Amino acid sequence: MVALTYAAALLAIVPLILILAYLLRAGASSVTLSFFIRNPVPSGEPGGGMANAIAGTVIIVLTASVIGLPIGIGSGLFLAEQRGGKVAVAIRFLSDVLNGLPSIVLGIFAWQLLVRPFRHFSALSGGVALAAMMIPLVTRTTEEMIRLVPVSMREAALALGYTRWRTSLTVVLRTAMPGIVTGALVAIARIAGETAPLLFTAFGNSFWSLSPFKPIAALPMQIYIYAISPFDDWHAQAWAGALVLLGLVLVISLAARFVTRRRFGVGGD
Amino acid sequence: MSGATDGGEREIPIDVVTSTDARLASLPCLAAESVDAYFGANRVVRDVSFQVRAGEVTAIIGPSGCGKSTLLRCLNRMHETVPGARVEGEVRFEGRDIYGRGVSAISVRRHIGMVFQRPTPFPTMSIRDNVAAGFKVMPRNERPSRADRETFVERALRRAGLWDEVKDRLHESAVALSGGQQQRLCIARALATSPSVLLLDEPTASLDPLSTQRVEELVYELRDQVTIIIVTHNMQQAGRISDRTAFMLAGELIEYGSTNAMFTTPSDPRTEAYITGRFG
Repeated sequence: MVALTYAAALLAIVPLILILAYLLRAGASSVTLSFFIRNPVPSGEPGGGMANAIAGTVIIVLTASVIGLPIGIGSGLFLAEQRGGKVAVAIRFLSDVLNGLPSIVLGIFAWQLLVRPFRHFSALSGGVALAAMMIPLVTRTTEEMIRLVPVSMREAALALGYTRWRTSLTVVLRTAMPGIVTGALVAIARIAGETAPLLFTAFGNSFWSLSPFKPIAALPMQIYIYAISPFDDWHAQAWAGALVLLGLVLVISLAARFVTRRRFGVGGD
Repeated sequence: MSGATDGGEREIPIDVVTSTDARLASLPCLAAESVDAYFGANRVVRDVSFQVRAGEVTAIIGPSGCGKSTLLRCLNRMHETVPGARVEGEVRFEGRDIYGRGVSAISVRRHIGMVFQRPTPFPTMSIRDNVAAGFKVMPRNERPSRADRETFVERALRRAGLWDEVKDRLHESAVALSGGQQQRLCIARALATSPSVLLLDEPTASLDPLSTQRVEELVYELRDQVTIIIVTHNMQQAGRISDRTAFMLAGELIEYGSTNAMFTTPSDPRTEAYITGRFG
């Protein structure tokens, strides 16, 4: 029985190792300087890159974070403070439902909200779609992290004459912050690789663009477009893109681990 | 509260406080009248009335679950922070009912400080910031000016007997301190805003004997500066540090009087039974 669990644990990490190995083999040779600083070029022309897609991913993820993190952390704080209240129970449930929604549905939501009324695709709408994905994730981890803060900490602040909201913001939230930051980074890593919600929101762009109101390229979409193309040089670029995206996510995950380890020293006991 | 010039500290001239009798003559500082406290439908404090005099140390003793901590938490409106908890009756602080109309719990808690059973330093703050944490919520006219703050922090740490141990690492995390030091830090934090009353809820229950002794000495030293009410399940402790003792049993205040009298000639047989160790 124990041997079986060992086997299962090994099997669980096999896909990751295979993916890493294969990506390195297929993509490493195309990860050159020009990949980072050049925009895409037509197939057959040498020296193209994905600079626009990397910048696009950064912009979309930033937009999503600016919208999603305050809402997610705020609602997590609300849920932790309200606990068993009727509204809190309803919001917790709906948040879980939102978490379970297929990501493409969130793309449709952002399309309805921001693409259709303005009649063109935009980086902003992509950011909103990803923010909608992010919110339930951040809400959940924030709530859990805040619940880890001992009640005694809250009471100590109240006993000093802190108001409830000041206690929440300056003591409880601050104590839980490393955990919340970790949750936020995990959520960011999760959305950075999303493709479906961007298909009809950010849409993609072969050219350099930083405007939030214009269609914008993103790494996952660029990988998709290149991967289904018939050209070998684009395939190589797609592998390189996948490797870079994986590297990006890995860096964010490691940052999350680092923040968690650095100090999650809650309480004096 | 006293003005900012003397640091808000209630300096009682030494010659006035020469004997316990002199202090007994002072006005009641805190008076509970028919206080009932509930958790939901559960009445855990039953019709308790007693008066605490300024400048005294009052101990509340009794077996576990007798409502002594709850009673203490009624005195600075902390009881009501627990969902479903409520208080009936009056608690007069310097003549005014703290449960009266228009009295804010926030300002009550600023004037009646509290230290808990387990040390509760704020883990994200440095030692210095922990002590200064209460300044943020003081009204502008009472709050020490930016220039005075370090002096106030030092004074609070000195009063808590912690200054010499931490003066070289004021900007280090408070969590690095030992349990006993953390508890004294919490006392310093409560003292920094110059409360009139300090409520101590079994402050030594989680400490080792040496730290306990240190805190007891501290309570003894502070008695002239601030009125102290201490909950303890340790009778020897009550005997050592308090002027008056209140004995509680099953939510009721059985006996209240001078500690000496209570420990030598208790008037209620239940008090005697508890003190002589027949239960508890």
